[in-house]
This record gives sequence, structure tokens and C-alpha cells, in this order.
Amino acid sequence: MIREFRTVSQINGPLALVEGVSDAGYGELVEFQLANEVRHGQVLETTERFALVQVFEGTQGLTPKGARARFLGKGLTFGVSEEILGRVYSGLGVPIDGKPNPVVDKYVDINGAPINPVSREYPAEFIQTGVSAIDGMNTLVRGQKLPIFSGAGLPHAQLAAQIASQARVLGSEEKFAVVFAAMGITFEEANFFVRSFQETGAIERSVIFLNLADDPAIERIATPRFALAAAEYLAFEKDMHVLAILTDMTNYCEALREISAARREVPGRRGYPGYMYTDLATIYERAGRIKGKKGSITQIPILTMPEDDRTHPIPDLTGYITEGQIFLSRDLHRKGVYPPIDVLQSLSRLMQKGIGAGRTREDHSAVSNQLYAAYARGKEARELAVVLGEAALTDVDRLYVEFADRFEREFVNQGTHENRSIQETLSIGWRLFRMLPRSELKRIRDELIERYLMEGA
Amino acid sequence: MAGYVARVAGPLVSAKGLDKPMMYEVVRVGELKLFGEVIGIQEDSVYIQVYEDTSGVRPGEPVEGTGHLLSVELGPGLIGSIYDGIQRPLDVFEQISGVFLTRGIVANALSREKIWHFVPSLDIGSQVEGGTVLGTVEETPTVLHRIMVPPDVEGELVWIASEGDYTIEETIAKVKNGDEIKELKMYHRWPVRIPRPVKEKLYSDTPMVTGQRVLDTFFPVVKGGSACVPGPFGAGKTVIQHQLSKWSDVDVVVYVGCGERGNEMTEVLIEFPELKDPRTGGPLMERTVLVANTSNMPVAAREASVFTGITIAEYFRDMGYHVALMADSTSRWAEAMREISTRLEEMPGEEGYPAYLASRIAAFYERAGLVRCAGSPERTGSATVIGAVSPPGGDLSDPVVQATLRVVQVFWGLDQQLAFSRHFPSINWLSSYSLYMERVGEFYNRALATDWLQKRNQAMAILQRESELLELVRLVGYDALSPEEQLYLETARSLREDFLQQDAFDEVDSYCSMQKQYLILSAILQVHEIMLELVRKGGDLRQILANPIRERISRLRWQREQDLPPLEVFKGEIAKSFFEEVMPND
Repeated sequence: MIREFRTVSQINGPLALVEGVSDAGYGELVEFQLANEVRHGQVLETTERFALVQVFEGTQGLTPKGARARFLGKGLTFGVSEEILGRVYSGLGVPIDGKPNPVVDKYVDINGAPINPVSREYPAEFIQTGVSAIDGMNTLVRGQKLPIFSGAGLPHAQLAAQIASQARVLGSEEKFAVVFAAMGITFEEANFFVRSFQETGAIERSVIFLNLADDPAIERIATPRFALAAAEYLAFEKDMHVLAILTDMTNYCEALREISAARREVPGRRGYPGYMYTDLATIYERAGRIKGKKGSITQIPILTMPEDDRTHPIPDLTGYITEGQIFLSRDLHRKGVYPPIDVLQSLSRLMQKGIGAGRTREDHSAVSNQLYAAYARGKEARELAVVLGEAALTDVDRLYVEFADRFEREFVNQGTHENRSIQETLSIGWRLFRMLPRSELKRIRDELIERYLMEGA
Repeated sequence: MAGYVARVAGPLVSAKGLDKPMMYEVVRVGELKLFGEVIGIQEDSVYIQVYEDTSGVRPGEPVEGTGHLLSVELGPGLIGSIYDGIQRPLDVFEQISGVFLTRGIVANALSREKIWHFVPSLDIGSQVEGGTVLGTVEETPTVLHRIMVPPDVEGELVWIASEGDYTIEETIAKVKNGDEIKELKMYHRWPVRIPRPVKEKLYSDTPMVTGQRVLDTFFPVVKGGSACVPGPFGAGKTVIQHQLSKWSDVDVVVYVGCGERGNEMTEVLIEFPELKDPRTGGPLMERTVLVANTSNMPVAAREASVFTGITIAEYFRDMGYHVALMADSTSRWAEAMREISTRLEEMPGEEGYPAYLASRIAAFYERAGLVRCAGSPERTGSATVIGAVSPPGGDLSDPVVQATLRVVQVFWGLDQQLAFSRHFPSINWLSSYSLYMERVGEFYNRALATDWLQKRNQAMAILQRESELLELVRLVGYDALSPEEQLYLETARSLREDFLQQDAFDEVDSYCSMQKQYLILSAILQVHEIMLELVRKGGDLRQILANPIRERISRLRWQREQDLPPLEVFKGEIAKSFFEEVMPND
């Protein structure tokens, strides 16, 4: 049911008002026919007299008089089939790698539908990323959404690429795929990911959506939804374990703010719209596992915190939705620690279910708790020493300071291609515990201490 | 005359031409018959918040009124169910539409086919009023469902079904009032936004035991009380809410997952049937009702979800049960109100929240309470409300937190710094408070130990002292403190690590009885007093602290209840350990 109008009456930022439309569907797709190009838009508000349309490619060059607006009678869809693997798309789901268009099995609504909470399977399969600070202390499990909270100039891209290339589930050889959505990042950074996928051979099993820094900002609203529609198809219809990397969510949120401002909505914190939580949830909640389906979607969104401030609305709302966060620290980065993961500020909410005897190792939870407690105490003592001098510390506290230093150098720090097994990671933990008096190991049960403390010493 | 859609903007639809619309009436919107609720009427225009995704809805599509207010079905079958924000059964949806939620599905909240064994408890000829118990149904082995006369019915019981098996659609009683005879079924409907009537609210001094040391001993909540748990993300709000719904000594738990993660509801669904209720030994699911409106489900239904939850809680309270309602998170509920308010273009109050935010929050928490239930026989029941709040950036000046603090009696403040150092539950003992402290103290002084409140206050004073001393340490260093002051720091550390911290994921430590709490607390304090005396007598602090009894105390929390030493025996052992260990060197 296609209807055509030539009645664009107002243009304001990314929004165009089309008058005389009495039956536009909410969320309906609109095409604007310009002299030599077609632009796409989506209905944000519809009434008996007009429809308000957000134009993804921007309104530059659009004139109220000349533009033809075609209402297509459907929402945004994405054509899926297994042929989408290995392909590169624009932020609006158009192939841009110069190859012929893939054969399409069917078209799916990019917004998907919420998973019924009753139908979810609880994520519990340990993913070994080979990164100690993640595996040991902020364990990732299949179907989790675990964002990287980063800052400008920090090596989040390296870390995400390392996870993508090393991640595997112990003892399983199942079909996997990587879905990569770039929102407003530089060509440089996007290229880094693509190259790294090429090096590891993952490119054949990837679907890439690119909206780069110089691409239309409003298009970014749709990009992660295209990517997740592809991910859902691969995971829940083709039984693949999908790792979805979404970067950079900060740019996405800014596009959201731009539209909200153009609509003159009452702004929430820092000008972001009040519904940003709900909007982000419709992206992040599209991760998980479903009963009776083999595949899964594990999400690693990346966001750069403005001014490294974790209370900024973007990381704040993200943290409230996602199942933890990997927090990158500028201090550690300056010290030359890679990956500069601040474990104290990081968290994996699904960790407890994915670790322990039969999954990783029986001592995993205790080691992790003890490492946290000891590192936290060491850092506290280190701060005290800065103020008062080391002489003011007690003997035990001095040990803790040394523990904290060695923890950063030996446990957190590792190479960009170093792939540590979970056993190696835990052994490093025990090696560090040996420098503390045994009575300080309060978080570990006696029998575990007996079994592991002197192992390999 | 049916109305039609005039405008669609996200979850807000305005309709025209509706015949006699009523505020908060349920309407069906569009070709798909989406569920909606009237939230504003202006001349011919009716504003509707739609509980389902409105994609594709066009102006001109039909809108139908249903003539009734947004309400819930109350009757046998509630326990163990999982509903969305407007009490639609999610487990039934799975059978109808598969793993993804589709729109416009209609399903009854309570099964019409399921057969229940009804046992009448009233004779024909009795006078009945709203709340009077007609009979019972064993809904689960732990919950005996009392079938009550609906609040708006009274008169003479002229017929009652004999003991036997019935579905909820069958008539089980007839009540005559004047010339009118009402047929009663085992269920009735009640509008969610209206509190259910009671005879009166009562003063409550019985603590709700949660098995969580920091809560029960330091900041207790009473049955029928209200509490809030504000905290930034990752501080452990949800774990606390889960712990409370697992271990609280109540008869029924209503858990409202309001705008939170899907996996958290899944966790409850998987864990609760496995976990044992510490009081009855039955599966926890047999006393639990879940309301799940996760963050990606429609925002308007999120607004309704807390009302749906509290109405179900009140219904079980009216049977004479102790009920606990967990709402996680009320901030998402407030945000849903804000979103709808923004779309209505109402004049915003603070931070864009509607001006009526505080009054809505107050009205919600006020539905908590210990009450004399309506009808006969005489009975009391309680609804305890515990709301999580998720302030942006953990900032307590947030309007939702402030509005909540004005009405709740207990504040469990979560602290990000504690969470970072994995001190869980990360409840800050200095900023949290409970206005029920005194009455609960008197209760335990009677029920548990005469010096319970005194011990609790002593421990609190040591923790207070610690925070002052730590300030000092930051300025002058640890060694500048006197041995006595250093001892205070050590005892405070022991209180924090051996008492306040509790591992929710440890099989044993997850739940701690009041006896065990008292045992650990009095052991720590006894050791403190002995050591204090020794230090004052000039003993060497380091040597005193080396006493192995301290490590034994630190292991207490991991010990099963039945393996714990009896209080008096342990007291003796503590005294002896110092006598033998320290005295010879004195």
C-alpha cells in the first residue's frame, strides 16, 4: 500500500513534516525522491492531518516544494539468509562491498520483538576470552550483554578485537558468527576491526554494518537494529553462537538526542531524552539465549564515557540494563598495563552461574573474591602511602601495596595476542596469594587453600 | 459508536469519537486490538496509553471502550504464575505465540479449566460482607487460599457449594441483598489503582526476618512496613531483592520486575522452584507470584506493573497472610510516568518528572501495612513493600529517591565504594537507617536476648568510631593511633568482614538465623571487651590480636546452624582462650 505525497511543509533538523497524510502508520518507512537520490525516513508521529518523519540521511538539499514522499506501508526490514555472512552493509542495511546483492530468504522487521522472559534460558556457559581480568574476575558467559566502558584514546578496539578472535566455549566446536555494527566511528577504527577479522579468518563468518563518522548521524538510530536483526536470524534460526559488537554507543545516543531536540521534547539529564533508558533497553535486551534454540547472542557494546565519567547518562543507563561492565582505566593505561581493565569498577552479573566445579574450576569464585578484596585493600593502602609516606603503613598493608602492584603487572597485564587458559589465570591468582599471610585469605575455604596454594610453587 | 485513532506518538495514542469514555478505562486500540488505558480526556479527544508496541498503527483505525477500569483477576491460580505488567500470563503467551512476544493476544490471567478443591467454611443463612471467608482451596502445599466475598458485596448467604472440585467459573455461593441475589465465583476482579478496603491499619512491631545480618540486626523492617533500597548500578539492588524474596519469613512473596533485565526474571523462574522455603521446606515458587515487565517490554505496562503487584499483595493480605512485595525498580516505574507525561505535553516538575510524581509514590508505599482484614473471621494480615530505586549516577538527590525517602521508614543505602571492594551486601551502615529500630529492639529483647538492642547499639558505636578514626588515619597514619584506638579499628574490621558481609551465593552464608546473628555479634563484642581490658592494662596489642579465637569467629558465618557452638559454651571458650593465650605473657 504505497502512497505518494508532494506536501512536505516543514523541515527542521532531521525531521520533515508531510501534510495531508491521514493514514501513515507509526514507524512506517518513507522514501524521499530527490533529483538524483532516494532518502529514507521513518514516521515518528502520525495524525489525521500530517506525519512527522525522521530522515535518516539528513535533510540537506530537501526542499518543501519539490520533494516527493512515498509512504511504503511497512516498517524498516532487513533481508536475511545465510548469504549475509561475509558481507559488508551500510548503516541502513544496503550492501556496500561491491558484490552482487545476496539472495534473500525473507525480510525481518529490524525492531524485532521482545523475548518472552518465560522463554529465556539463563546464560551459564563460560566463554574463555583468554583475558585474565575478564575470565578470572568478570567472566563472560554465552548470551550475556557485557559492555566495555572506555574513554577517548583507550584501547577498547584492541580489547574487543582480541575477545572476538579468542573467545571460545571450552570443549565445544559449534557454529559461530560475528556481527559488527559501527556507529559514527572513524574509518581508521572500523578498518582496524575489519583487518583483525581478516587476520583471524573470522571475516567469512561476519556480518558488518558500517556507519562511519562522516555518514549521516540519524542513520545510526537504525544501524544497531539492523545488526541485531541479522544476529537474531543467525542465532535463533540458524543455530549459531553470535558475538555482536556494537561501537560506539555514545554516538548512537547523541543521534537520539539530536532527534529529541529537533522534536522540542522536554530534555532529561544533559539533554538526553527521558525515554533513552527504554530505547537502549530495546537494543541491549536483544541478547540472550532462548529455550529450545541452539544459538545465542552475546553482546559487547562499546561506549566512550565523556570525560571518563561513569555517572554520565550514557554509561549510567547502560549499566542499569546490561549484565555488568568492563571498565577501562586511564591510570592503568598510563602505567602501560594492557588491557587497562579496572577490575574494581568492572562487574559481570552472570559470572556466578558460569563458573565453579564442572564449568571452570572449583576454586574460581573464591579466588576471584579474594583477588578483589586484596586488590581493593592494596589500592586503599597505596593511596594512604601517597599521602603519608610508606612508613606510615602497617607491615600487612605494605604487603598489600606490593600485592596490588604485582596484581596489575602480572594478572591484569598481558599481550594483545596472549590467550591465557582459565587454569593459567587462576594459577597467577594463587601465585599472588602466596605473598600474603595465610590468615589474610579469609574469602577462601580451608580445603581450597590446602589444595591450590602451594601447587606449582 | 466506536471511536477511531486520531494521533499516534509512541505509546501515546489519542482517539476521537469514543462514546462516554471513563478515566482509567481499558480500551482496545487499532486493528490489532492493542490494550490501552484512558489517561486523559479533553472534550472529544481521549488520551490513551497503550500497553503494547504501537508500530504500524494508523489514524482512522478503530478504538473500542470496554467499560471497565484496569483491574486484575484475583482467585486461585495466582501463586507460581508469571504475569506481565497488566496481569497477562506470560507462560500462556509462550504456548500461544512462541518465544517472542507478539501483539494483541488475549489470555485469561487465571486458568478457567483448572480444577480446585473447594472446602466451604460457612453455613447458609450467615450474614456476609466484603472479605468474609466462604471457604478454602489448597492452592499449593504452603498456601491455603481463602475464598473471600468480594469487597463490594454484602448480604445473607443463601446458598453455598458443598465440598468438591470446581473451576473458578462455577458459582460457589449466592448472596442475597434485598431483592438481589449475587452469584459468587472463586475469583473476582479489582481495579489496580484503588487500594483494597480493610477494617483498620494496625501498629506493627514484629520484624520481618530476612536472614540478612546487616538488615535484621542493624536496619530491620517490620511486617507491614516499607523500605527502599537506592543505589547505583552494580551495587547489588537486585541481589538484595532476590535475597529478600527467598528468605523473608512471610507467607507470600510478590516480585515485580519493573523495567529490569529479562534474565533476572529468568533467574527467579529457574531458581525458585529449586530453592526450599526455610520455614516450610517446600519450593519457594509455591509462595511466589511474579510480575515481569522487563525493560524492553512496552513502557506503559511498566507504569501499571507496580499497581498490579500491590493489588495482588493486598489480596493475599486480606486472607490474613503476611505478604512481601518487592518492586525492582521503582525508578523505571517513575520513568514510565515521565515518558507518558512528556508525550501528554504536561508541564514538567523536577528533572522532567510529572508534578504528581511524589504523590503517586507516596500513595503506592502507603498501601503497605499491618491490617485488621475486612470480613469475618477476625484476622490480621500484612503487606510489606520494599522498593529498589535506581538513581542516575547513584545520586541521592534524584527526585524519585527524595520522594521515596519522605514516605518509607527504612532506608538501605547502597554504596558504590563498598561494591567495588566486593563488600556485599554493600549497604552503608553509616547512612542507612530504620525508624522501626526501637520497637524491633524491644521485640528482640523480649524474644531473643535481653541485651539484644544494647549489643546492636554497641556494635554500631564501634563502627561509628571507626569512621572517625579512619579520618584521623588519613591525616596522621595508623601508627599515630593509640593501641586502644587501633583495637577499635580491628574490631570494626571484624564486624565488617565477619558480620556485615554476607555471601548471597554461598549455600550456608546466604541465610543467617537471628540466633546465629546474635551469636556472631556477641562473640565479636565479647572479644572486643576482653581485648580492650587487656590493652588498658598495658598488654601488647599485636600479641593480643594474634589469639586464634578471632579466626574461629571469622569462620562462624560459613558454619551450618546445627554445627554452631551453643552461645554459653562459646562464651566460655572465648574467655578461656584469652586466659590461656594471653595471661601467661601478661
